[in-house]
Amino acid sequence: MSESEETQRRKLKVYLGYAAGVGKTFQMLSDAQAARQRGLDVVIAYFEPHARPDTIAQAEGLEMLPPRQIDYRNRVFKEMDTDATLRRKPDIALVDELAHTNVPGSERSKRWEDVQVLLEAGIEVWTTMNVQHLESLYDQIWQVTGIQVRETVPDWVVRRAAEIVAVDVTPDALLNRLKRGAIYKPEVIEKALSGFFKTSNLGALREMTLRQAAHEVDLRQTAYDETSDAGLSTAAPQEVPGDASKERILIVVTADPSTAMLIRRGRRVADYLHADCIALFVHRTPNVTELPAEERHTLEKHLRFARSLQMETRVVSGVDIAKTVVEFARSHQVTQVFVAPSRGGLRDRLLDRNFVENIVRLAEDLQVTVVADRSRRSASS
Amino acid sequence: MKQVQAEENKRWGARLKIFLGYAPGVGKSYRMLDEARRRHERGEDVVVGAVQGQQSEDVKALLQKLESIPSQSEEHAALDLDAVLRRAPQVCVIDPLGAENPATSRNPHRWQDVQELLRSGISVLTSVNLLHVEEYREKVQAITGKHTTETIPKSFLLAADDIVIVDVPADLCLARSGEKLTSIGISNAQERKLSELRELALLLTAEVVDAQLETYVHAHGIQPVFGTHERFLVCITPESNAKAMIQSGIRNKERFQGELYVVYIHRHGLSCEESARIETYLQAARNAGATTEILQSDDPVSAIGEFATQKRITQIFIGHGSHDNWRDRLFGDPVLRLIRASDGIDVRVFPQ
Repeated sequence: MSESEETQRRKLKVYLGYAAGVGKTFQMLSDAQAARQRGLDVVIAYFEPHARPDTIAQAEGLEMLPPRQIDYRNRVFKEMDTDATLRRKPDIALVDELAHTNVPGSERSKRWEDVQVLLEAGIEVWTTMNVQHLESLYDQIWQVTGIQVRETVPDWVVRRAAEIVAVDVTPDALLNRLKRGAIYKPEVIEKALSGFFKTSNLGALREMTLRQAAHEVDLRQTAYDETSDAGLSTAAPQEVPGDASKERILIVVTADPSTAMLIRRGRRVADYLHADCIALFVHRTPNVTELPAEERHTLEKHLRFARSLQMETRVVSGVDIAKTVVEFARSHQVTQVFVAPSRGGLRDRLLDRNFVENIVRLAEDLQVTVVADRSRRSASS
Repeated sequence: MKQVQAEENKRWGARLKIFLGYAPGVGKSYRMLDEARRRHERGEDVVVGAVQGQQSEDVKALLQKLESIPSQSEEHAALDLDAVLRRAPQVCVIDPLGAENPATSRNPHRWQDVQELLRSGISVLTSVNLLHVEEYREKVQAITGKHTTETIPKSFLLAADDIVIVDVPADLCLARSGEKLTSIGISNAQERKLSELRELALLLTAEVVDAQLETYVHAHGIQPVFGTHERFLVCITPESNAKAMIQSGIRNKERFQGELYVVYIHRHGLSCEESARIETYLQAARNAGATTEILQSDDPVSAIGEFATQKRITQIFIGHGSHDNWRDRLFGDPVLRLIRASDGIDVRVFPQ
């Protein structure tokens, strides 16, 4: 990133929690009040209308921009008014719920995309999200809690945040808040208690939040080292270019539905190992256009998904999939190949098992990771 | 012993809640006293037993709303343990836990005073600075270059009923309490040091939460929770490239802040040299913080599977077997059998 870009693109700060009601918005508003005291121009660009009384009290005195009203199927939805926020151009804009999906008819489909627009325009953004909305954690969350999260935020959005703040509360305190009616309306409390708000779920999600926050803090330490002039004695050993320990991960993309979880898992491992990540599709037909339309459509979806998680994607032709993958890996200095077992029917499974096992057999000079289908061990079963 | 003590406290209904922070000035006192205020307003009988020497305006305002038990003497902000015991409130606030008791006290450490309160049925809210945790002394010293004298054993934190981390970004902590930080060996330009302390505090809290979760799951007979945390299992044989596998295991453990297990499945007829080599590998793994074990079984695949399930492993590392001997052709390649059998666990196969 060049210097001019850096000064133009503004800071993003994320308040990370593990459930509704842990106090993310409250903490954000309380920090915003302190910032206002210091003379900064802070506005609330979006605020959940069903906020708790304590939270509303904390917002007092802060300027609040009116939401945009959007008609959809005879109902009126309220969304952040991104254009109005751009015109207002405060120092800091507060935007609740980063993972929110905008109603159809909005200019952008995700709130995090609106947030990018504000950042590019030189507005600092403070926002809130729960750990379960992080894209790469989707399968682990499913495995741990039995919940399939619908709205996710790509990891790179959070990674580019300047600061992550963990907002912590004990599950007991959270459950008390819930039972007192401080989080949801009375009619949904029972359902929440037997579903998402189970003590074991909350404990697990809380642990994942703390670990994610620790990881984010760790990543930013490397950034300090890169920007500071003084060599710090306590600095962790840094990655040297051409370092033998530098890993390169290759993800084998197929039309199988398990590819999505493979991409997420590969991305997560690559991020933790500071590794490069390539997604590869091998087609048996001489030309991709000869693939059946449905399969081609699915593959395009998978490759788009890989690119949205900032992976390089490659498409090559080869009669023997396993052999082509292994040769590609060898010629591209790949250290680890990621493959998934199939979730499809018996015939598919038999065919795919061959291809996965063939890779394991052929790639005797490489590391091959067979990524588990985590949904099968999910807590709901 | 931890169990016994916990049981005893529960009989009296006394609970210990810890507010953990990574440095002075993150806002532990405020957060704790604000909870004390809310509890007081809800009708709980709350008193403040000990307070910090330096107080911010916010903290002073909260203290005015709460009953305080004066300390024994003017110059020492010491806790008057007997006065608190006589007053016998429901909840007592102790800020901070890592303070030195005067020589005249009956307990050398304040955390022992807290144990006494808990045994008497008084719940305690207390603040802990990571710098004062015994087991982190060396790590903290390596970061800050300063030596701490007051220490609290980590087991005390692990036995707490509740722990909450009070987290703020390092730059904000610097802005708020630059002066206080100089006393712990951190100057203005050292956000990096604070950030390292912050990471340690977050991981320590995660560890306590994980232990609590495990206790809860056991007590309620729920299926163990898989995957909150990466746990690596490296399986070595005399033929495998054990050195590379263990090195990779250690690297992964460090990067993911996870746990590492290294196992060897016992096999008859090893030469002395092979046995010695295995022992060297296991020793190296232990030195790097891994847990090692020798499994006894005729069926390596199921032995690994059982061990992995029991330890809630998320990734198994194995070496490429030889794929061409008659036994494998008859019963199936063990590597492939393990992959098929590992439900919900990633399997990483290493070059031989």
